[in-house]
Amino acid sequence: MTQLPLRAQLASALGRSAATLSRMTGRGDGSVIGGRVGLLLEPDLLRKLAHDRRLALVSATNGKTTTTRLITSALLELGEVATNAFGANMPAGHVSALAQHKTAPYGVLEVDEKYLPEVLDTTGAGVVCLMNLSRDQMDRAAEIWLLAQKWRRALSGKPTHVIANCDDPLVTWGASTAAKVTWVAGGQRWKEDSWCCPECGGPLDRKDAFWACRECTFHRPEPQWALDDEMAVDPRGQRWLLDIQLPGLANRSNAVMALAVAEAFGVPVERALPHLREVTSVAGRYTTVERDGRHARLLLAKNPAGWLEAFDVADPQLPIILSVNAQGPDGRDTSWLWDVDYRILRGRPVFVTGERRLDLALRLDVADVPFTLCNTFTEALAMQSPGRVDVIANYTAFQQIRSEFGRAV
Amino acid sequence: MPSDSVLRIVWIYPDLLSTYGDQGNVLVLEQRAQRRGIQTETIHVRSADPVPESGDIYLIGGGEDRPQILAAERLRRDGGLHRAVASGAALLAVCAGYQIMGSTFGGEEGQPVDGIGLLDIASARGPARAVGELVAEVDATLNLPTLTGFENHMGVTHLGPGVKPLSRTVKGVGNGDGFEGCYAGHVVGTYLHGPALARNPALADLLLSWRLGPLAPLDDSRYEALRQERLATVLQQT
Repeated sequence: MTQLPLRAQLASALGRSAATLSRMTGRGDGSVIGGRVGLLLEPDLLRKLAHDRRLALVSATNGKTTTTRLITSALLELGEVATNAFGANMPAGHVSALAQHKTAPYGVLEVDEKYLPEVLDTTGAGVVCLMNLSRDQMDRAAEIWLLAQKWRRALSGKPTHVIANCDDPLVTWGASTAAKVTWVAGGQRWKEDSWCCPECGGPLDRKDAFWACRECTFHRPEPQWALDDEMAVDPRGQRWLLDIQLPGLANRSNAVMALAVAEAFGVPVERALPHLREVTSVAGRYTTVERDGRHARLLLAKNPAGWLEAFDVADPQLPIILSVNAQGPDGRDTSWLWDVDYRILRGRPVFVTGERRLDLALRLDVADVPFTLCNTFTEALAMQSPGRVDVIANYTAFQQIRSEFGRAV
Repeated sequence: MPSDSVLRIVWIYPDLLSTYGDQGNVLVLEQRAQRRGIQTETIHVRSADPVPESGDIYLIGGGEDRPQILAAERLRRDGGLHRAVASGAALLAVCAGYQIMGSTFGGEEGQPVDGIGLLDIASARGPARAVGELVAEVDATLNLPTLTGFENHMGVTHLGPGVKPLSRTVKGVGNGDGFEGCYAGHVVGTYLHGPALARNPALADLLLSWRLGPLAPLDDSRYEALRQERLATVLQQT
């Protein structure tokens, strides 16, 4: 890397000090405050820190943090990689990540969907990975059709190489203005946001994985990569057993996306895949915490598509604790609970907690799912017999549980 | 009610207008009918399909600007909803669906777009997005408890003489003039987005009673617990 200008050096050094202070005083993991301090002193810091590095930006509604982690682990084959591993996915988090790894020639940055155009413009990243778009926290997040439109504008006319999931029609539309796209058949479980053509509004017809608009020419592009159950299929048609430790179909899809991104950086599957298999948990997701003989596996689900994925991972033989909050980062509106089909939980012992447990209680009642209402997570855990239990929580509920166990990773 | 005594619930265009939990209104109506021993049949009408005229209760939800415009065009062309309402069916129109029912509403760039004229209202894009909890006291003639819910829209809606305000806002924005929603005949429009009926089971019962007559009471403790918690929390913040 070339030397940063003096002002940018100072800004990033002060930012790092603020981050250290934040961690030492136990106020946070420092990934936002450090970047904020740096940007205050040098508004152009992100551009300067990104200069001369090979960057991948990762965006989607779900799976950003996990896929960022998978890509990072694969690119470590090439050398040092700067990354915002804890999900601080706005520009302050990006500044912080790049400042902490000043000499890293590579960077993998998770980017909030709304910020993708701005971060792409600023960093000039060479690779962008786009996985899925679905309804998410409508009181603060952008409407997704509009979001895809902004992606189109941002990608148009840039040399960026996009790796995109062609099984998601809205992602396909959002990515298709890019100069170069590698299409990945990554699957799409949640389809409620893509019954209509993003191009013309006509009905989308689906047959198996293929989709096409009935009224215009917009259709699923031919994928170069595919997920086929447990296997990744590469552009040469070679099949690779994924055998990753992260559970569930959504993570196998994330892994195929990561393999395609790794190849774009010149890391072949045989060198990338072993690193993907080493990842066991991501910022507390999928980790198991223990108290008094109760082993609770923590699953994060922030929106209806995320709940579908969590249900795919949860063990139907086990009891399950559900925790829902509605603080700022969760979205203050709990309407999304009504888009989740909870009937799959019938027959399991279900325990309900979180700050908005009454919303969830009514939702389950209407779905005819019996449950036990608990005032706290501690109470819900104490009600379990010793052994395993699954936990699904939305964002701040998940962080509260994590911090009860020393910010479990 | 049809002679086979199945309550037909018609959900209009879930592929275009069901942005956030709108399905909740379908589920709450189904549950409250079924717990009273009434069978239900729910029809999901996609935007490429005709709207059936034989439904008892029609629901239409919220959505983004572009799908809202498409939905208005298709409903106008289809005409099925107009015929159903003219023959006495009940309709709950929520958020974007509420605006569509009027003569006009604001499009992506704020441009006026033709509605379908089922309610004597006219909407336009307002100065700022209204996002947050809403509390409103319902028009006394309807004899309903306080409305509670969440709104998330940029619309301002003017009521004409052909409709009555549904409620007077205590907290939140609603139509933008101190009132929230409106009703005329068996048609109710509201900015309480998504699963409005989950927070207001009495409104669900009003729609049901328009088709079924007087209803037996239900154990509403789950609904009541949520309503009381929400109302207490939200009113404390004012």
